[in-house]
Amino acid sequence: MTERGVMVYSEDKELELQLLGKGRELADRLSGPLSTVSLGHESIDAEELIRYGADQVLLFKDPGPDIHIETYRAVLLEAVKRVSPEVILIGSTRRGRELAPRISSALRTGYMAECIELEVDEKGDLLARRLVYGGSAMALERSRRRPHVATVPPRIFRRAEPSNRAGEVIEIMIEKPKPKTVVVERRMKSRGGEALESARVIVAAGRGFRSKEDLRLLEELAEVLGAEIGCTRPLAADSGWLNEWIGISGHKVKPKLYIACGISGTVQHLAGIRDSQVIVSINKDEGANIFQASDYGLVGDLYVILPVLTRTLRKLKGES
Amino acid sequence: MNRLIVLLKDAVDLSELKVDPTTRRILEGPKRRIGELDKRALEEALRIREKVGGEVCTLTVGDDRSKTALLEALAMGADKAYLVTTGTGAWVDALTTSILLRAAVGRLTPFDLILCGEMSLDSLSSQIGPRLAELLDLPLITYVKQLVIDSGRLRAVRDLEDADEVVQAELPAVVTVSREINEPRIPSLMSIMRAKTKPIITFDAASLDVPPEMVLEAQSIEIIGVEVPQVERKRVIVKGETIEESVEKLVHHLISEGVLEVR
Repeated sequence: MTERGVMVYSEDKELELQLLGKGRELADRLSGPLSTVSLGHESIDAEELIRYGADQVLLFKDPGPDIHIETYRAVLLEAVKRVSPEVILIGSTRRGRELAPRISSALRTGYMAECIELEVDEKGDLLARRLVYGGSAMALERSRRRPHVATVPPRIFRRAEPSNRAGEVIEIMIEKPKPKTVVVERRMKSRGGEALESARVIVAAGRGFRSKEDLRLLEELAEVLGAEIGCTRPLAADSGWLNEWIGISGHKVKPKLYIACGISGTVQHLAGIRDSQVIVSINKDEGANIFQASDYGLVGDLYVILPVLTRTLRKLKGES
Repeated sequence: MNRLIVLLKDAVDLSELKVDPTTRRILEGPKRRIGELDKRALEEALRIREKVGGEVCTLTVGDDRSKTALLEALAMGADKAYLVTTGTGAWVDALTTSILLRAAVGRLTPFDLILCGEMSLDSLSSQIGPRLAELLDLPLITYVKQLVIDSGRLRAVRDLEDADEVVQAELPAVVTVSREINEPRIPSLMSIMRAKTKPIITFDAASLDVPPEMVLEAQSIEIIGVEVPQVERKRVIVKGETIEESVEKLVHHLISEGVLEVR
């Protein structure tokens, strides 16, 4: 029986490596081993997980092509039984955020979601900072019950440098549970959000735009700025004009320049843009929240302002 | 159709939040309302009732302040409202909340469906639905944006990052809904008046046979503090005689900030 260790898991392999980075630090602080659960990753092998910091890889072989969340749950609980970790970190994907509270409930323990800072105090409690109140505030929380469970969003922690280290592979066997739900169809979505998260300049649309066709005003501005195009949740999720949105439930961005066009500035959206270096907003409602969260604001009709802005920038670039 | 149970978080009204300028701490407004996503869960339950019948019961863990949210639910059309109190007056974490909810749900059997929002926007932790499904050993479908109930079975479309999944389950089940599922109704003045005549039934931990020490023991998460990070924005409103002049001024600001890379 191992004690005082850390166990990490994500079905997203890049995120799992990032969790290993933070997990290594916490495990060293606890003087315990770092374990990771591997299941369903075809492109990542146990050796690689060890190179990135794991002492133990708990391997569930041959999970089958369609892994059900109840299988993930059962494998994780079996892994917990094997290594008795003090801290469990799970990648904060939508699947991870369903899995973490289920595991926590089964283990009768607490759970801290979307942690952006994590440390272990002298008593061995896990301390976390996480966004609350729609993303407008940060809470400092303490987990007092073991094992401590937390989810971690992508790109918060860095993966460790890979090295040639020794580790052990422990094979886990479970009887696959009979799923309580049946997935009858899976429709893959097109992706595109990563570009937003690494963009240096973003121009974004809100409900001030009256039709999808009008987004060409934004496209022209984006072209002259070399910017990525983003939007608020209603435009993507309700109207379906774009696939991805920026906000607490969508992408969190950190460009040098963020230009919000026709965006009112709900707390959910502001939570996604808070790390921008400079925020500019264009809105005809001078009382719009977005102005409170902006460095520069232009009060006026985006349909008038955007063409002028695009033209001015083109002139600056020496284009006609 | 048996009961439809809607779990409501009586949430802080985010539009009422104020920040203490010196300590940067959050000052909560007095109003507590149904959380935005839970309201959509309630709307969905009301729509299911309209199609296939059943009784819509709403359930919240809280205190006297939570009655505002329960009245709001009754005004929207819920048949019954239940308030679960801890009897300790203390803040309870999600582990304890789910233990109390399981006990309360036990008093509302038989039921066919438990619905709630995928998360509450104040705590952003999306735990209650999954925790309750786990405690009750029921099928769970999260992030649901479309839901159809038909002859004892549900079919849902759930929204994951990389895919939409169409999922089926037998009833009873637990469903958490996302924002896209519906647009909640606005209650009429008549239904607001009528809501005041409907009962709010209170369970406390003792009446649910949950010993108070269990409530205290289960406290696994402690909130040490909540602060608003200091992100000072310049809040300059750029004004000129004409739109062209305003835009010129804006562009100059951006050049001097070094964020406009135009050569």
